[in-house]
Amino acid sequence: MAVTKTYEEINEKIRRGEAVVVTAEEIIDIVQEEGVAMATKKVDVITTGTFGPMCSSGAFLNFGHSEPPIRMAKIWLNDVPAYGGLAAVDTYIGATEPSETVGMAYGGAHVIEDLISGKTIKLEAESYGTDCYPRKELLTYINKDTINEAYLFNPRNAYQNYAVAVNSSARILYTYMGTLLPRLGNATYSTSSQLSPLINDPYYRTIGIGTRVFIGGAPGYVAWNGTQFNSNQVRGDNGVPLSSAGTLALIGNLKEMSPDFIRAATFHNYGTTMFVGVGVPIPVLDEDILQKAAISDKDIYTSIYDYSIPSRSRPVLGRVSYAELRSGKIEINGKTVRTAPVASYSKARKIAETLKGWIQQGDFYLQQPIEGFSTEQSVKPLEIVAEGEI
Amino acid sequence: MAKKKIVLHYPEERVESPTTYHLVKDFDLVPIILRAQIDENEGTLVVDLEGSPEQIAKGIEYLREQNIRVQEAIKDIVVDTERCVSCGSCTGVCRAGALTIGAQSDWNLVFDQEKCVFCELCINTCPIRAIKVQF
Repeated sequence: MAVTKTYEEINEKIRRGEAVVVTAEEIIDIVQEEGVAMATKKVDVITTGTFGPMCSSGAFLNFGHSEPPIRMAKIWLNDVPAYGGLAAVDTYIGATEPSETVGMAYGGAHVIEDLISGKTIKLEAESYGTDCYPRKELLTYINKDTINEAYLFNPRNAYQNYAVAVNSSARILYTYMGTLLPRLGNATYSTSSQLSPLINDPYYRTIGIGTRVFIGGAPGYVAWNGTQFNSNQVRGDNGVPLSSAGTLALIGNLKEMSPDFIRAATFHNYGTTMFVGVGVPIPVLDEDILQKAAISDKDIYTSIYDYSIPSRSRPVLGRVSYAELRSGKIEINGKTVRTAPVASYSKARKIAETLKGWIQQGDFYLQQPIEGFSTEQSVKPLEIVAEGEI
Repeated sequence: MAKKKIVLHYPEERVESPTTYHLVKDFDLVPIILRAQIDENEGTLVVDLEGSPEQIAKGIEYLREQNIRVQEAIKDIVVDTERCVSCGSCTGVCRAGALTIGAQSDWNLVFDQEKCVFCELCINTCPIRAIKVQF
């Protein structure tokens, strides 16, 4: 009879210190050696990890009230504009917002990394002044311990697969996929493939709203599906999408995070962004879940796109497996092209190992999703139309 | 035979001088040009000098006498290993193969200074600014 387990049973094992936890890399060999049925019986949790640039990230902050108080209408943190359209002393700072004084050399992501590191941040605000909030200007300094709340809320993280980027034009291109050399001089890719959270649970059986995750070095949660959630993407026979598909909206306490797992970045001639470390535990509830999580790089495929074509509909130049990509070279139209990652595989591995340690030590329990994601959601384009045409 | 990698900085008055010719003819050296960037105002040449250690020293002395600034190339590019996260972005632009990732099973970035030709593409490509030029 096939083995099945519940969240309660697995959490009870974690509580007793008896849960068998392995990473999404380790499960590959276990299944090869012992088979799916035996591995399902033996293993309780599989941990995943990814560490890559994720633009759609940012932090909500609440500063507390000054004397006299101010309703902050315009806000700057280390000269980086933050959103002033919330309540009096709440704000959201986005990772990609550039500094007004030094441009893309320092952005919202750098403010967030500095906050996590415990550094002092300059806070400036302006207001029109009201009867209850009379102050019109403010200049002070804060750190993560002097303010009330500081939590990351990232609308789109942990892409389920992503494109391979190349450049067929004659000039160098600076993109969010790194520097692309002319005439197919290189190809860049950006997932942790066999370690990546949503690739290991392709139909979102265990990852949904409420799933407890690792984010930035701290426990956090899946808050919603991520933006541009595209679960209706073309999939291979094993269920893994062949290009960018599902995404996660994640939330976690910034004050508990570590700069080891959140790192500000600037993509030259593109802008600022943030490397975010995400790990998701996958409970082994049955053989199907384990088999899908035991997938390896040679069976995960993605699509090659030519980034020199300035269109939302770039033609696919071919499909390659992550085993090929991670070998260092692929073939495109008969030409051998050097490959390079944009996301860190060594950090992804560290995240999966760290999460494994938390669970083994009884510091982290699994949370069953409160609500699952649709497998039929598509991404809509934005059409440029006149008012009467919509 | 020894080999030494150097960077030559040519001032305006020296960009048309046949210095590599003299290195070959007068000092019995084999200059292997790895990278050249020269216009009418100034020039930079990255070169491997092959020859006996004595002749290499004499060749470098000659270059300095010509008012050409000679830089010990090996000290130039520095990877801040504390800041680096081994994403591997830099490896995509390093045609010389000095920056590599994945050859070791730990997937950490490896920098082989001997192979660096100082094209400096990695400096701006590194998204977290962990690669710097050290003068």
